[in-house]
Amino acid sequence: MTGLRYVYAVCRPFGTPLQAQLTGVGGDPPRLLPHGDLVAVVSHVPEGDFGEEPLRARLEDLDWLTAVARAHQGVIDALTTVTTPLPLRLGTVFRDDSGVRTMLEARDEDFHRTLDRLEGRVEWGVKVFVEAEQPEQAPAAPAPKPASGRDYLRQRRQQTKSREDLWQQAEILATDLHRILSESAEDSRLHAPQNPALSGATGRNVLNAAYLVPRAKSEEFVERVDRTKDGIPGIRVELTGPWAAYSFAGEESAGKESA
Amino acid sequence: MTTPSRLPDPYGQGSSANLADILERVLDKGIVIAGDIRINLLDIELLTIKLRLVVASVDKAKEMGIDWWESDPALSSRARRDELTRENAELRERLARLEELELEPRRAQEEST
Repeated sequence: MTGLRYVYAVCRPFGTPLQAQLTGVGGDPPRLLPHGDLVAVVSHVPEGDFGEEPLRARLEDLDWLTAVARAHQGVIDALTTVTTPLPLRLGTVFRDDSGVRTMLEARDEDFHRTLDRLEGRVEWGVKVFVEAEQPEQAPAAPAPKPASGRDYLRQRRQQTKSREDLWQQAEILATDLHRILSESAEDSRLHAPQNPALSGATGRNVLNAAYLVPRAKSEEFVERVDRTKDGIPGIRVELTGPWAAYSFAGEESAGKESA
Repeated sequence: MTTPSRLPDPYGQGSSANLADILERVLDKGIVIAGDIRINLLDIELLTIKLRLVVASVDKAKEMGIDWWESDPALSSRARRDELTRENAELRERLARLEELELEPRRAQEEST
């Protein structure tokens, strides 16, 4: 037995070969494991890292997790350029090829239905940030002393008001943007705001959304986002993608999907 | 088989892709399949509650009792109102103190003349 099987994605067979230099999780190049009219994309990974006990421990290690997450995303990304992959959640591991085949067979109908739904579509991520206020003046003892209590109060009110205005503008912009983008997308998801400690992004994340967009309409979608980008000073709009349709691969939405 | 049509250049991806964007997708989105190795990602402590926060959807986070954004003025208008009320009270107090300070030297002056 040569290690375990880490599964990245399930897709329909595609003609284009994957980039030769592509490395997957644990440095193992992703391999195609066809079964019926589906293909699982897998890597061979060592039991020492991906067995149940070690994996549990490894996942607590942010550096290790980061490397695996990036490798996982790297493979999904490469697949996205040649086909429409169904990304599986990180850490989907089987004992051997036959375990993967059994899974493909058992979920065959689900996979086909989801592949039909997502075929030719990609995900775009849009986030709205309110920039952190300029080094916030501690209310105590600012250098130029306010001439009076009234003066001080006026200054503070001014500051508070402009900040409040900015939040309000951000809220309006985020709501409008989400409405406009939802119109030009087939589906959308609102995600929890991101934690700046992990994203490294400055400012407060007030909108974190994902949109499912047909490839053919992606250019138009991106232009729409771009048009809002330089709107209001202090508010930043960020676009990421195209991603595989991660946010839409799971349970079907309550939204536009019927049947 | 798919022949992708031309896509705009990728934004914010590659090696510089934001880790939060990636983790949020690979850990919390995508299809869940029970493999032979049974790991429930939600059972994993994942280093810090913060990381878990990022990967959890709002509803899941609420289930787990994580709802910092509801009390965060940046993210919730209710919290923002609370914050304003608090700030208002602070300002009144401060104003009172400043006016007292202003009066004191004047009083001292008056006494010395």
